[in-house]
Amino acid sequence: MNKVIKYVWLDILQNRIVLAYTVFLLVVSATLFGMESNASKGLMSLLNIVLMVVPLISLIFTTIHFYNSYEFIELLLAQPINRSKLLLSEFAGVASSLVTAFLVGVGGPVLLYAPGSTGAALLAAGVALTLVFVALAFLASVCTRDKAKGIGLALLIWFYFGLLYDGLVLTILFSFSDYPLEKAMLVLTTLNPVDLARIFIMLQMDVSALMGYTGALYQEFFGSMTGSLYALGVMLVWAVVPVWLAVRVFAKKDL
Amino acid sequence: MITVTKLEKSYGRLKVLQPLSATFQAEQAVSLIGPNGSGKTTFIKSILGLVVPDAGEISFLGEPIRGGWQYRRDIGYMPQIGRYPDNMKIRQVFAMMKDLRGTNQSPAQSNYLDEELIRAFGLPALFDKTMQSLSGGTRQKVSACLAFLFDPKVLILDEPTAGLDPLASEILKDKILKEKAKGKLILITSHVLSDLDELTTDVMYLQDGQLQFFKPVEWLQDITGEVKLGRAIASIMSNERKSERVNE
Amino acid sequence: MKLLRYVLLLLFPLLASARTVVVGPSGPVHTIRQGLAQAAPFDTLLIQKGLYREINLMVDKPLVILGQNYPVVDGEKKGEIFTIRAADVTVQGLELRNVGRTSTIDWAAVKILSTRRVRVVGNRIRNAYFGVYMSASDNCLVRQNDIAGSPQEEQTTGNAIHAWKCDSLTILNNHIRGHRDGIYFEFVTHSTIRQNYSHGNIRYGLHFMFSHENSYFYNTFRENGAGVAVMYTRKVIMRHNHFEQNWGSAAYGLLLKDISDSQIEQNTFRKNTVGIHMEGTSRINCRNNRLTENGWGMRIQASCNDNVFSQNTFIANTFDVATNGTTVFNTFDRNYWDKYEGYDLNRDGRGDVPYHPVSLYSMIIEQMPHGVVLLRSFIVTLLDRAEKVIPSLTPEALVDANPLMKQP
Repeated sequence: MNKVIKYVWLDILQNRIVLAYTVFLLVVSATLFGMESNASKGLMSLLNIVLMVVPLISLIFTTIHFYNSYEFIELLLAQPINRSKLLLSEFAGVASSLVTAFLVGVGGPVLLYAPGSTGAALLAAGVALTLVFVALAFLASVCTRDKAKGIGLALLIWFYFGLLYDGLVLTILFSFSDYPLEKAMLVLTTLNPVDLARIFIMLQMDVSALMGYTGALYQEFFGSMTGSLYALGVMLVWAVVPVWLAVRVFAKKDL
Repeated sequence: MITVTKLEKSYGRLKVLQPLSATFQAEQAVSLIGPNGSGKTTFIKSILGLVVPDAGEISFLGEPIRGGWQYRRDIGYMPQIGRYPDNMKIRQVFAMMKDLRGTNQSPAQSNYLDEELIRAFGLPALFDKTMQSLSGGTRQKVSACLAFLFDPKVLILDEPTAGLDPLASEILKDKILKEKAKGKLILITSHVLSDLDELTTDVMYLQDGQLQFFKPVEWLQDITGEVKLGRAIASIMSNERKSERVNE
Repeated sequence: MKLLRYVLLLLFPLLASARTVVVGPSGPVHTIRQGLAQAAPFDTLLIQKGLYREINLMVDKPLVILGQNYPVVDGEKKGEIFTIRAADVTVQGLELRNVGRTSTIDWAAVKILSTRRVRVVGNRIRNAYFGVYMSASDNCLVRQNDIAGSPQEEQTTGNAIHAWKCDSLTILNNHIRGHRDGIYFEFVTHSTIRQNYSHGNIRYGLHFMFSHENSYFYNTFRENGAGVAVMYTRKVIMRHNHFEQNWGSAAYGLLLKDISDSQIEQNTFRKNTVGIHMEGTSRINCRNNRLTENGWGMRIQASCNDNVFSQNTFIANTFDVATNGTTVFNTFDRNYWDKYEGYDLNRDGRGDVPYHPVSLYSMIIEQMPHGVVLLRSFIVTLLDRAEKVIPSLTPEALVDANPLMKQP
């Protein structure tokens, strides 16, 4: 298994996209910190990058990588190699590369300009989002037959979690505005990994005061042990379940 | 060595393999023939575990293969179109395969590597070329070398001579003969019959996913009175068509 | 009786020239109570350095009570320290500490009752229930005092400077912290509050009600539990004040409730949850203020009308202006908005495209506070963009027709 990861890394290193992603993150982060007058505002701007760009790149890169290494996978599967292990190795290889890119590209500047708990929360959320969306992309890839469909599905996933889901939340808010919804909102928003990451980081940024009673509720929840475990659990479920499903689908996939 | 029982596979509505049973022995060199789309590749991919059958069972050396992977230690596979990571050099491909299979060899097998074919094809001169820069023929040579490299008990060769120049084709045939003599099972798919005449011990004929016949070459020659394998098969096919018409 | 006392007071300087009574731990007069008893009106009571454990000291004649090197008067949490009932009293240079707390009486370090021209200057007040408490007194001066409470709960902590039914007070240059309200006025008129620094109070840095025609200049209110709240008042002038870091789910830089005919000019509102919150406010001239890094720059409830907002600077607020109404009777003109994206072709310094400071999302969360969980999500950005192009829900009339291109 480790040997397969090695060749996945080798392949990823050779096509230089991850390197470009690292440089992109580095430039954007450094520019944001350089432009904003103080570090916390830089973090705030970086929040949007983490919430939108990280999932998008994770999804698209993983899907393209999967289809580009289809030959490689085919070649290896004719060898005495376990299918699930091969897919898990692919996942580990891609996820670790993207996480490294993120930690270097965003972690570096954050450590330099804004070390502290908010920065740490931002990095943790970014890593979690990378893992979640790489996992989702693997699931999308093993479920589709060709690259175009795979990328289409990946974009759909991104669109759903990044935009559509919040739109639905807003609609629900509008439709049931007469009911006490705090708890329902809490559950609803934390079911989406992007929202969960956003709220988790914002609570660190002491924007919670803006959020009034709702903010206090969130603060109390995430401040508690249960809340932290819950957040971690949700992220873990979002990363593990798609990988597990992908392995199952892949075990029966015809190459 | 390989027993296939009532193997079935369909892609959506298209039935690629009708219930299909066959048994393969050591020292056989089976020609798996049939028109395009007859299910040859699906059949061998099923044996390799690349395609997961809908029903039926395949056992390899007495063990069912379903979900397993260790049995592939004993198989060398040469795909119809060998596809490799574009950026890899030939040297790296060989190194990688040795690396990946090195620890996966069963204890019975020594770390013996059969590099005869690599030398015969003159590949060392091309070792530093990347896979994407290779011609189709060279790529086939790489595929062939990889199939033989680990000295497996079973060789599965999908259209081995397609795209090879006559010289390489001869080298490969010699190699196949040599391995057969060592008591290996060799499964070859091809639609170019004449190439395979000298190698083949048995012929398995597939059409529309159905096994038409699976007989020793001698039997075919006897029954048709033709010496040339191609003619013998053609003769059988035409007889069958006639009988089909009668049945209708 | 009262008249007689006033006549006597006026006659005293003629009857005897002022002398100085020295109170010292080692001297013949070693308690302040004795000193107060011995002193004649208009005398100076010089209190030497030392510790005086005394409470309920009644001052009923005009005196100058002067501390030398901050003598300490310790109430030992048993009661009030000075109660001043006479006019023309000066309390200066003392350290007053440990005033008692009860729920029935507002004990204070210095309590001024129904009199006038009392001066409380340059004292240190520590751990008092109330600091300086003025009731029905006029023309008093509270200057350069350093008042620090030990905040407990809102109910068990009093105000640092408390005034009720007073007129023409001057509250100048005091440093206040750790009380319930820093400065509390109720029915106080014609007073000036200047250059005070009020911070870290449990409730409000400044709190007044029914206190007309007062002026507030150059004060700083920082990190108070709920910021500054002013209510039910006319003709207030607030200039050059700083409202900073009043941050919390119910904190305001400045909460205006039923305020009218007032001037709010050249103040700075920085890092407050809400810079200025207005309710039932009318005819206010809000000019040349700087609102930066607040959650909401301004929240203007529908009950506000005829207010004018001009030449203010809005920078880096999460929301510049929010309102819960759709019809607006206030005027915005020539403000600087950092979120403005228009252009100025004729180069008159004003943008050619009007600016709508109320975003769609701010309207949404005014109506549905839970919606705030979507803060900084992509959909919110998108909605706000769409609303900018085709306004539908945000009040059309809340518009700055001449947004400034540069900060005023």
